Amino acid sequence: MPPIPNAETHVGSPRSRVDGRAKVTGGARYSAEFTAPDLAHGYVVNSTVAKGRITGIDTAAALAAPGVLAVFTHENRPRTAWFSYKYQDEVAPPGTPFRPLYDDKVVYSGQPVALVVAESFDAARHGASLVRVSYQAEAHETDLTSRMGEAYEPPKKRSGISPPPKPRGDAPGAYADSPVKVSGGYWAAYEHHNPMEPHATTVVWEGGGKLLVHDKNQGVLNAQSYVSSVFGLGKDDVRVVTPFVGGGFGSGLRPQYQLFLAVMAALELRRSVRVVLTRDQMFTHVYRPNTFQTVKLGANPDGTLRSIQHHSVTGTSQFEDYQEVVVNWTGTLYHCDNVELTQKLAKLDTYTPGDMRAPGAPTGLFAAESAMDELAYATGVDPIELRLKNYTEHDENEGKQFSSKELRACYEVGAERFGWSERNPEPRSMREGRELIGWGMASGAWEAQMMKTSARAVLTADGKLEVACATADIGTGTYTILTQIGADAFGLRMEDVTTRLGDTTLPYSPVEGGSWTAASAGTAVQLACEAVREKLFKHAQKASGSPLAGAKLDAVSFAGGRIEVTADPDRFVTIADAMRAGGVDRLEAEETANPSKIDQLRYTGYTHSAIFVEVRVDEELGVVRVTRVVDAVAAGKILNPKTARSQVVGGIVWGIGMALEEETLPDHNLGRFMNHNLAEYHVPVAADVQGIEVIFVDEHDTKVSPIGVKGLGEIGIVGTAAAIANAIYHATGKRIRDMPITIDKVLG
Amino acid sequence: MNRFSYLRAGDVAEAAREAAADPAARVIAGGTNLIDLMKYDVERPSRLIDITRLPGLRAIEETADGGLSIGALASNTEVARHPEVERRYPLLSSTILAGATPQLRNAASTGGNLLQRTRCYYFYDPGTPCNKREPGTGCPAIGGVNRIHAVLGASEHCIATHPSDMCVALAALEAVVRVSGADGERGIPFADFHRLPGDAPERDTNLRQGEIVTAVELPPNSFGQHHTYLKLRDRHSYAFALVSVAAGIEMDGDRIGRVRFALGGVAHKPWRDPEAEALLQGRPASAEGFAAAAEHVLRGAIGHKHNAFKIELARRAIVRALGQAAAGTPQSQTDKRIQ
Repeated sequence: MPPIPNAETHVGSPRSRVDGRAKVTGGARYSAEFTAPDLAHGYVVNSTVAKGRITGIDTAAALAAPGVLAVFTHENRPRTAWFSYKYQDEVAPPGTPFRPLYDDKVVYSGQPVALVVAESFDAARHGASLVRVSYQAEAHETDLTSRMGEAYEPPKKRSGISPPPKPRGDAPGAYADSPVKVSGGYWAAYEHHNPMEPHATTVVWEGGGKLLVHDKNQGVLNAQSYVSSVFGLGKDDVRVVTPFVGGGFGSGLRPQYQLFLAVMAALELRRSVRVVLTRDQMFTHVYRPNTFQTVKLGANPDGTLRSIQHHSVTGTSQFEDYQEVVVNWTGTLYHCDNVELTQKLAKLDTYTPGDMRAPGAPTGLFAAESAMDELAYATGVDPIELRLKNYTEHDENEGKQFSSKELRACYEVGAERFGWSERNPEPRSMREGRELIGWGMASGAWEAQMMKTSARAVLTADGKLEVACATADIGTGTYTILTQIGADAFGLRMEDVTTRLGDTTLPYSPVEGGSWTAASAGTAVQLACEAVREKLFKHAQKASGSPLAGAKLDAVSFAGGRIEVTADPDRFVTIADAMRAGGVDRLEAEETANPSKIDQLRYTGYTHSAIFVEVRVDEELGVVRVTRVVDAVAAGKILNPKTARSQVVGGIVWGIGMALEEETLPDHNLGRFMNHNLAEYHVPVAADVQGIEVIFVDEHDTKVSPIGVKGLGEIGIVGTAAAIANAIYHATGKRIRDMPITIDKVLG
Repeated sequence: MNRFSYLRAGDVAEAAREAAADPAARVIAGGTNLIDLMKYDVERPSRLIDITRLPGLRAIEETADGGLSIGALASNTEVARHPEVERRYPLLSSTILAGATPQLRNAASTGGNLLQRTRCYYFYDPGTPCNKREPGTGCPAIGGVNRIHAVLGASEHCIATHPSDMCVALAALEAVVRVSGADGERGIPFADFHRLPGDAPERDTNLRQGEIVTAVELPPNSFGQHHTYLKLRDRHSYAFALVSVAAGIEMDGDRIGRVRFALGGVAHKPWRDPEAEALLQGRPASAEGFAAAAEHVLRGAIGHKHNAFKIELARRAIVRALGQAAAGTPQSQTDKRIQ
């Protein structure tokens, strides 16, 4: 069914967040803020060795401490699902998921080994400090460099992740024959997500075997099925309600261990339990993996690519084969007949890495787009010219057309706005005072997709609309855009529309991720509203002497609480009258949006960007400042330029962090991350961020989603690090292939 | 966090007496570091002696010899923004503003700034050994993750650094720390206040059991014209120094008169080298002269796997900072461009 056009008052216009006031006044409740009269508090004890066996846990002192109710360990935990597959969630990679308190085996440093439950958080924390755990440590390995030789292609592919395409042509041969060659090895550091809101679960014991779970996650249904599967509970007995999420970035896609521990303790103690992780404990689960890549590009002297070889090795845990798309981007972005892309994994004694904002893309494009910059220098071709020369109008990895691709316009508009034509390509040619100035650019790409999602719309006679979907708003603005879509469907004010999210009793949604939520939930809400409009229109026509009798649905408009003939707005029926005519006081519809199978077969969808960066480098002291960023983004229809801009700016800021600051430092002797707090794990602060300009390039695409949306939660980060590295090269003549580019590397 | 008792001290004598009576007691003022360390189980005090209500410890006032006395309870913000500090001791003001955040500076006290503990990752993580936290367990930073660690004055037992910015200025200004204890009051020259780790890294300072810091006295000599604080770190705010330099010069025409400079981020204490300062005295202000002084300061520097870059960085930072100070163009703490 093609969407019925409706006047767009709110969609496409900048609108402030509908939940903004609740968030800044404390009215928005997060998972650790829900409470219950019988609430107990859990505090996690984490392992101090990376590998080995627990030989003893002395809980006597903890149990004797005031307020402590119980200490759960592998020795006394209640029985849970026997089969490991029962622990697999919606987005689990192949392997055996980590099972908290399962047995005496330690498989990574920081692994939860006990949960102390007490009457207060402080009593639980004190109790946890009294638990004495002894270990028989075994030799561990956390250093990717020492496992490179044993890297392997994952035998089982992760669902939803495209493996590298089969090689095309003869990339090594073409490389050998290429007159111009560039090659390099690239490192990307471990990064931890660190959303503002730490992971937390409040389980409200409702009696009768029913649990009300408030859990920080990016998908309440995923959390619900995990809990019911692991603990053998009926889905009717587990309701997960997470109306607000204080940032996710991928860390809430899979259930984290506090969910298991809180539910376990609640079931066992038959009372409500909350488990909140500390900031340090946020470094004891998911993270962006450590990745090593090599890129070799062969080209003609005019810059035409003859060969692309891009290989990556990514660390994963001993128990799961986490996979993300690292190398495919190179084969998607450029035309080349000889392409070889491979991704391997190496097993380390760590927790399983996971999806972090645009998983794989900023890592892969850091390498690919640094190499393209190098090629621009090797051939003397301007970096944009080089990318245009190798531009492709179809996805050669998939052998499909792009659903749309306005990357060319991104280059053009971004370059114009940045003033790229003024750039002297010579490294070290621009200087002001003691600082060298560098201008760099990079391309960005991220998958644009829509997932099967359902939504409900309920219109009441008083002209109020409620739209609902189980998906999450992780800070992206989902509440706001769904409100806009609902308001426009009936010509209502934003204030007349209520959006409900994050509740397992609401219509189905997959996890919130992959930049697919606006396209998917947005289309579902649109469809549900259209279904209600049809019902309302039929009732309106039934009204006695209806001015709409004989009118067609596509000839009427919904505006200001009325249904009116578009060509003659004086002929109208109010919502209240239509309902009265139909003998109802509310109209409801639930609809499911499905991606078009035909379009999926024919097309691949990507958002694109061209990002331009100015850096100023005090070379003598190794200090880099990012002084200007322009990012031109093609992401289909922009539902709300204000929240959309925030998404892209947030991604760019993270890109600055990735390029220059962020790194979790592993001590390989101890097999443990060491800078596990926000004082020593550096993310950008206000002083690191100067002018950022985001431009949305016009792009029409109804193949990814009928509402024209392609999604933009991730595109902001993807090219940023590469553009910064390229700008540093332009400033200093130094090609740094190891992120983050800290002072020591600029000096070195 | 352990369980502890709490005492609000009525006067300095009571605070000192109570602190002397119980080695496991800790004095608390702003609490910006101690509370964190208690949550981490690094500090496990039996008792907290709260001195925040003690009378007379917050004053910033002229001393008899024309210097300035800063009460131990004066907040970092009060010191940095005090008109007399801004006018006469801009170096001190600058170093304070280079550190932490406005919220932390509002809460943190002068005495507490002196007594803040290292940011060494291992010290903060009771899941690892650490000689400073638990003497005799070893120093995993040696051979471990040591990017932020010391290159000067370290020992085989500890390579931690002192994290303060303010103390780097106090070292260059040759402040005197006034303390009060069971044996009465005394003044400790700033260079003698903090210790090198040696074989007792658990001891950060030379304070005796039960001694309370009551004030920091600044000598009249203030380097009001020629000074700078140059702080190099992993981001442009809210990060501890990898290397920092506080420098003050009294110019005698185009020649260097009296000069003092100290380094932060490189040692267990703010690092001053009077010999290097003497090399500059009476010489023209020149990059070559500064480089020679820097060379002298760093002659004994030892780098580890991740922090060896600090030696070269410190050398360059000294030259740059002395240049800034000599030129009378101190580093701005708001404009992140380095002059």
